[in-house]
Amino acid sequence: MKQPSAFVDRMLYILLVPAMFVSLYLIFIWSPIEKQMGASQKIFYFHVSTAWVAFLAFFVVGYYCVLMLKRPTEDRFIKAGISAEIGVVFTTITLLTGMIWGKSAWNTWWTWEPRLVTVLILLFIYIAYLFVRKMEGTWEKIAKLSAVFGIIGCINVPIVFMAIRWWNTKLHPVVFGEGKNQSGGGVEPDMLVTLLFCIGTITLLYLFMMRKGIEIEKMRLTVRKAKSRVIEKLAS
Amino acid sequence: MKIILADALTIAAKDLRNELKSKQTSGMMIIFSSLVILIFSFAFDPTNNTVKAIIPGLIWVITIFSGLLGLNRSFISEQENDSLTGLKVAPIDPSSIFLGKVVANLVLVTIVQMLSIPILFLLFDYKFHGDLIWFLLIVLTATIGFIVIGTFLAALAANAKNSEMLLPVLLLPLLSPLMIGAVQATKIVLEQEGITDAISWLQLMAAYDLLFFAACFFLFEYLMEGS
Repeated sequence: MKQPSAFVDRMLYILLVPAMFVSLYLIFIWSPIEKQMGASQKIFYFHVSTAWVAFLAFFVVGYYCVLMLKRPTEDRFIKAGISAEIGVVFTTITLLTGMIWGKSAWNTWWTWEPRLVTVLILLFIYIAYLFVRKMEGTWEKIAKLSAVFGIIGCINVPIVFMAIRWWNTKLHPVVFGEGKNQSGGGVEPDMLVTLLFCIGTITLLYLFMMRKGIEIEKMRLTVRKAKSRVIEKLAS
Repeated sequence: MKIILADALTIAAKDLRNELKSKQTSGMMIIFSSLVILIFSFAFDPTNNTVKAIIPGLIWVITIFSGLLGLNRSFISEQENDSLTGLKVAPIDPSSIFLGKVVANLVLVTIVQMLSIPILFLLFDYKFHGDLIWFLLIVLTATIGFIVIGTFLAALAANAKNSEMLLPVLLLPLLSPLMIGAVQATKIVLEQEGITDAISWLQLMAAYDLLFFAACFFLFEYLMEGS
């Protein structure tokens, strides 16, 4: 039982480390420098890939929340929690890199633009979700409560996006796809390759962290069970 | 469905009768919203004309802050004497508990709003020129959404020891789309811009209300099981 899991972990590790270096090489040396923004545009690769993982992690949480409502198992409960924790980290990185980039590109740390606000609210929902999980009580109870909150949070995110989009475009409902000002022409093919590679690498990082997190959480659970067993034995 | 509704009304009537006797929560909410207005008058000078622009936002700040007080009480008060267990084991559908609490909270918050919004207009010397019917419709739609999601999360938060602190943290991020719509629509009506713009916000809020009402209505069962 233990062997294949360790093998997958090792394979992920072996893939991840070179991929990281390759993506660093691609970002800083191989890919061309953007004309208008200069070198500061390089942060874009990290920014987009962490944002993608932040949303991915969120949908993983939502997925496990729905499964948990059907039948709560310890495994699903742990997976949802770990994914949310990683999601908080990546959402924060997205916001921070976005701010740094915004400062150099738009000369402001923050604007109330739909995507920015959506990510910020996403972060708050993630944190609220983790608060729900930190409640006292048996894990079955918390599993149900947090699953319910996770689903409600998941429903909310698209509505937030649409609402802020309407708010900022002064009520001209935007059609899906690129808005007026964002339509300025696509990405250089070299940059696209780098970007896709980066997204792949960060997704791998997410998978790796997810597996490690689950392992650690399960170890913690085993220790706790063993502890309570010992206490019971001593007490009796 | 009829039975659920009847049970819900019984629960709502019980809560409201309780409130009518003690008047504790509603009194507290009204005083609190007046205090918020007072504090805001220090933050934004009411004699300044530009303050008119923040009136729509203020209406919703008052509603949310005072509403939070009432929502916190609605399930915590059931924990005395373990009444919540009584509700859970009663031969009724769990959804009717939710519905009943929503109705009771809605009545409570609406009463508070009927007092606090005129107080706000009076103290900030604001002359109401907008269309009253539309204004009331917008306020009602947004309040329904607020109460639906608020009651649901209050039931969730009631399981925690620090539920008074937990509820705002859970509620405010989820409320954000509704509040954007509510503030914008209220602003449009108060400034008499164009009603068609307000209608599209109203549609957004109505969609939000319906979606979350449906979701909360079906998920409430799991909340009651879980605790």
